[in-house]
Amino acid sequence: MLDMYSPGTSVLHRLTPGPKIFALMGLGTALFLTESTYVVAGALMCVLALYRLAALSLRQVWNQIRPVLWLLILFFALQWWLSGPMLAAFVVLRLATLLLLAGLVTLTSRASDMIDAISHGLKFLRPIGVNPAKVGLAISLTLRFIPVLAQVTAEVREAQKVRGLERSVIALALPVAIRTLKMAEDISDAIDARGFKS
Amino acid sequence: MIEIRNVSHSFGDQPILHDISLTLSERRIAIVGANGSGKSTFARLLNGLLLPTSGEVLVDGINTEKDGKHVRAKVGFVFQNPDNQIVFPVVEEDLAFGMKNLGFSKETIEEKTVEILTRYDMNHLREHPAHLLSGGQKQLLAIAGVLVMDPAYLVLDEPTTLLDLRNKRRVAAALDALEQTVILASHDLDLIADYDRVLVFENGQVVIDDVPTNAIPAYEKLMS
Repeated sequence: MLDMYSPGTSVLHRLTPGPKIFALMGLGTALFLTESTYVVAGALMCVLALYRLAALSLRQVWNQIRPVLWLLILFFALQWWLSGPMLAAFVVLRLATLLLLAGLVTLTSRASDMIDAISHGLKFLRPIGVNPAKVGLAISLTLRFIPVLAQVTAEVREAQKVRGLERSVIALALPVAIRTLKMAEDISDAIDARGFKS
Repeated sequence: MIEIRNVSHSFGDQPILHDISLTLSERRIAIVGANGSGKSTFARLLNGLLLPTSGEVLVDGINTEKDGKHVRAKVGFVFQNPDNQIVFPVVEEDLAFGMKNLGFSKETIEEKTVEILTRYDMNHLREHPAHLLSGGQKQLLAIAGVLVMDPAYLVLDEPTTLLDLRNKRRVAAALDALEQTVILASHDLDLIADYDRVLVFENGQVVIDDVPTNAIPAYEKLMS
């Protein structure tokens, strides 16, 4: 998710994120309206063809599925046990298609373009006090700081490990929380310093 | 020119800076001092990130308290830890952030992005995830992200503290080449040896204000 954008010049890359997000919403809804396994399997084939069109590799397809593979296997086993193999295949194919479709949007769209599109799309919420620019920035910051927080957690875990505190949740959570709050203050200053109008 | 007139600053009941008056007009100005001496607070007052508890700071005649937006467009600020300054997940997106905030056109953003990435030999990193850059590359990106906003002054708060020697030299060379007025808070005395002016902070006051050849030995004596 964090470094998912895969640079390219395909039709899908050149398309602005707005239509892609709408297509994702439309096709996602359609996938939940159909009850035919064959239709879902056909949709999966189409999505894979779109990956090919965007010059994305099989490895990138696999990277979308890998994080939730165990969940898909669990769903498959549970559905087979409850309703039989056809329904199990249907549920898992539908989820995989949806995941790949969402992945396709992020792989072919820059985060900043997505944020611009989301900010633009949320303009209608301005009358009820929602600031679309702030929402966009919040999404960007979330994407940007997940790896930074993971790094902070790893550093604190290491520091606690050498002191024999690797099993203490409090010894990990407290310094991480304090460093995160300090970091949040600095980030807020940095955003101010770069002229963001809140 | 930045004028600091009778500036004091406190955090709650704790006084940090005491009645400082200075005029900063040289091209290269260094701020040194022990941890907690007030140099970072002073640096933050220069672009209005902090406002004085009393007194005033004027950047080319603009009061930081009255027109913070214009002051921040004139005075760029680079923080110690670039990870806390890079806002967008991809290099080119982060470079564009400040320019978009200032209302630059798409063409200008593209032109300036290419120019700054070429200047720092980072063209190949244009679409690179920011969190995968090295420490030196992150700090250069942080500096670049500020420079593309065309500030007249650049204030840097210990920008080389977290860097290894090679990256420190790279950032130092980048700073040397800048046309802008540079105001650098640093513990690194090598970095400031050829600056025009050194301000030594101690307990929230400027205790030495001189050229490096006089100020650095005096500071070393103060710290011994």
